[in-house]
Amino acid sequence: MVNSGKLAGLTRELIALRVAQELREGMVVNLGIGLPTLVSNFVPPGGEVIFQGENGVLGYTGISEEDFDPDVINAGGQPIRLGPGASFFDSADSFAMIRGGHIDVAVLGGLEVSEKGDLANWYLPERGGGSIGGAMDLACGARRLIIAMSHTNREGRPRIRKECAFPLTASGVVDLIVTDLAVIEVEPEGLLLREVAPDVSPEDVQERTEPHLRRSPALRDMRL
Amino acid sequence: MIDKVVATPGEALRDVQDGATIMFGGFVSAGTPSNLILALQRRGTKRITGIANNIGLGDKLDVLCEKRQLAKFIATFAIRASGGRQSLFEQLYRRDEVELELVPQGTFVERIRSGGAGLGGVLTRTGLGTMAQDGKQTLTVDGTEFLLEKPLRADFAFIKAWKADRMGNLVYRRTGRNFNPVMATAADVVIAEVEEIASVEELDPERIGTPGVYVDRVVQCEPVAVRWDG
Repeated sequence: MVNSGKLAGLTRELIALRVAQELREGMVVNLGIGLPTLVSNFVPPGGEVIFQGENGVLGYTGISEEDFDPDVINAGGQPIRLGPGASFFDSADSFAMIRGGHIDVAVLGGLEVSEKGDLANWYLPERGGGSIGGAMDLACGARRLIIAMSHTNREGRPRIRKECAFPLTASGVVDLIVTDLAVIEVEPEGLLLREVAPDVSPEDVQERTEPHLRRSPALRDMRL
Repeated sequence: MIDKVVATPGEALRDVQDGATIMFGGFVSAGTPSNLILALQRRGTKRITGIANNIGLGDKLDVLCEKRQLAKFIATFAIRASGGRQSLFEQLYRRDEVELELVPQGTFVERIRSGGAGLGGVLTRTGLGTMAQDGKQTLTVDGTEFLLEKPLRADFAFIKAWKADRMGNLVYRRTGRNFNPVMATAADVVIAEVEEIASVEELDPERIGTPGVYVDRVVQCEPVAVRWDG
């Protein structure tokens, strides 16, 4: 299934903004490399969302290009600002937090998500490569897993599929998918379309999604 | 008098032989023992099995690929699935000239921790049902399935800290801690690169990140500026 019709979906920044709306004060949140790292810049100042970097930091507040200190970075190697109450720790502690259920939300990028909530995000067979990093631990250990990704790949093929074709990161772990076109909840009964991007119809989203989407009775446009 | 301080990185690496297994602390720019890595490059040691979180992400480890000093690398992040300039390591890997064992990051650190703590491995749910499970034993504990991951040790660990004293006590700085304190427990010879040597009276015992018992040699070096350029 290929749909090459171009839709004016959300930019990467607006996807990050929409993900940030899922976060609440006091939540401990880990952001994956790439698009998810943008999310920290869309949380209101003083909102006290606690960002964890698996490289050993809790309580950073955003990415800052001022005064690069090679010892103050997030897991994407980006320089970060520290908030009040920040702490540092080693990698064993960091993954104890992650596997031990102490992370409320992880936001990761995705290559494919299945209708059962399987995630593939580390290995591209056509490139014969990939890297795991902290993704498998985060996918298994976070209490809630949000995937932020483009709805289709460069060729216009759906990334949301009945079964993942790529090697898995973890199975049955995804709770919410936020794309440039839609917000979709993964439920035991299947996928539930909750929101569509401005000027995008539910039909547009279904055409670009392999499995069937049930429509939420409260289906609405994203509020950005 | 106990004195673990050596004068140069070259002297610190005096007994590193071809075929050695070496752990390297660090996470991208933070806490990477760059001076020890550059000394290893100058030494020309061959057939190294390297163990580090990442290689080719602005860390100095990629220099070990210039003259193909690596036989194998165990890492969590080494090959990019998309975009970006290819590292030397990635070029060697794609030509099948170096072996790569990819490990999930939490499993990576726990394998090293168990190797240093005298344990027989760890049980984790991470990697179940994925390629990371291939060839591994699973165990069911009280009805929950786990993967058995075996301990990881090395002949040498090259680590980086902020300060040390002559007894080998180490103080880390910010996210420079990462894998360093864990790797310090899991090698036969542990060599620490530090920015400052302090007197034994100076370091606060409450602030010691790695107690001197784990550390064999300390060498003071000017830090090398590293940054991941994407």
